[in-house]
Amino acid sequence: MSKYEAVIGLEVHVELKTKTKIFCGCPTEFGAEPNTNVCPICLGLPGSTGVLNKKVVEYAIKAGLALNCEIAGYNKFDRKNYYYPDLPKGFQVSQYDYPIAFNGYLDIEVNGETKRIGIERLHIEEDPGKLVHLGETITVAQGSLIDYNRSGMPLVEIVTKPVIHSGEEARVYLEKLKQTLEYTGVSDVKMEQGSLRCDANVSVRPVGSEKLGTKTEIKNLNSFRAVQRAIEYEIARQIDVLEDGEKVIPETRTWDENKGITLSMRNKENPDYRCFTEADLPPLDVSREWVEELRNSLPELPDARKKRLIEVDGLPEYDATVITSTKALADFYDRTVEKYKDAKTVSNWIMGEFSRLLNANNLEVSETKVTPDGLAKLLGLIENGTISGKIAKQVFEEMFSTGDDPAEIVKKKGLVQISDQGQLEGIIAEVIANNPKSVEDYKNGKEKAIGFLVGQVMKATRGKANPGMVNKLLKEKLDQI
Amino acid sequence: MKITMQDVEHVALLSRLELTDEEKEEQLVQLNKILEAMEVLNKVDTSNVEPLTHVLPLKNVLREDEYRDTLPKEKVLQNAPDQEEGMFKVPRII
Repeated sequence: MSKYEAVIGLEVHVELKTKTKIFCGCPTEFGAEPNTNVCPICLGLPGSTGVLNKKVVEYAIKAGLALNCEIAGYNKFDRKNYYYPDLPKGFQVSQYDYPIAFNGYLDIEVNGETKRIGIERLHIEEDPGKLVHLGETITVAQGSLIDYNRSGMPLVEIVTKPVIHSGEEARVYLEKLKQTLEYTGVSDVKMEQGSLRCDANVSVRPVGSEKLGTKTEIKNLNSFRAVQRAIEYEIARQIDVLEDGEKVIPETRTWDENKGITLSMRNKENPDYRCFTEADLPPLDVSREWVEELRNSLPELPDARKKRLIEVDGLPEYDATVITSTKALADFYDRTVEKYKDAKTVSNWIMGEFSRLLNANNLEVSETKVTPDGLAKLLGLIENGTISGKIAKQVFEEMFSTGDDPAEIVKKKGLVQISDQGQLEGIIAEVIANNPKSVEDYKNGKEKAIGFLVGQVMKATRGKANPGMVNKLLKEKLDQI
Repeated sequence: MKITMQDVEHVALLSRLELTDEEKEEQLVQLNKILEAMEVLNKVDTSNVEPLTHVLPLKNVLREDEYRDTLPKEKVLQNAPDQEEGMFKVPRII
């Protein structure tokens, strides 16, 4: 046991999936040509005044509800003042003392144990523009270029209580947060596109101490793995500093993915943000009716859905976890089970062939042509003996890329299973005649030799022979010799 | 509360103002006068008054999530002191 305990809090910024920005009608699309999705409002030109996007409020409330938060009735917005070139107005509009959602939680599972991660607050704010530094890093750059397309994109910032104690817990929490928000549909939550961004506050203290140690903030965490590794590195670094009798410096550090270390970026100067009410935006009263309406519009969330798959459909916990990992996969499963009742078989196919093909082709569920209806029909063809399970995999691969009906594929490619006893007996007789060595092995008690002979029959029929019948008939024939 | 010369310098920095020593002295006097005037207001009993955040009786001013015209690119960059590749160019930040 270590003498030290780590205390971690995460601040996560999530870009909301609205069509337009938070205070103006500019598009929020990702990857547009620089400075083309801008207008006087998001450029902060003098005299311009924004109007709050209703959808932003709805999405923030939905996110808050999905994270088990209370929703504030009275809301106002504040100006957080600081100078940085990506912030055209010289202030960021945020919610300083009245966050729209607060006091929530997410339950995570680490090492088979459930742990509740408290969520302090969730508030609405605007994103600044994007900087491109002309040089290796910001400190040696000759200058910077600014693209204001991102300026005014709607964000929610979600802040945990300081209740996380390891890099692993932090990663699992972040994965759960992504999964939950993905279900609500309020964000794409893609770390690689920056619609999910995470900063970590890390401190260590002697075990048993009540007082929090000095914390550092880690930025540039671009993947779930980076979150875990950076935190683990930072905990070890801080313990080393304390063991050497020195003090942890409160500072912002950046994660260097290649070197696997955190580096000092800047001392945490006491920023004087002079937050005060943004008087250009009137206050926002969120009625209880509105909150309930939004609560009712939420889909079944991951925990509830997993529970249903275990308790109602009878799936093993492992299957239910994998199937509910994304809403798209869970929807695919549910819609297949509507048409083909054997839940475990559906689950096996989704976790097996379907996931394998998704990974191999680097595709999302929505990008494939295969439908739940198609999978259900395919499983029907196996069940009624038209095709073998092995051939079905071949058919499924075809469905995956073309979306064709499985029965059509089977017909077109002549894949119907050979279950005709006479036909199979003929092939088996040939295989026995051509493989005297294996037959002899089998007769001498080497039972495994039958596997080779079955393989030869399958080969001769290009996989179409009914495997159950082949096994049975082959055994009978061999025993007669 | 008394404003000190350090406060003046801090506020000047936050406001990105370069003040001469003379101007700083002048600000020191003026800012203290303003605070003195505030002290008068502080004498009013406000213990039963809700803080006022907005002076107009407006609330819930919202817009639908619909597109509006963006600004043509040449207008966006029209007042940029420097630009490169369609982006605003600024000197080294740190």
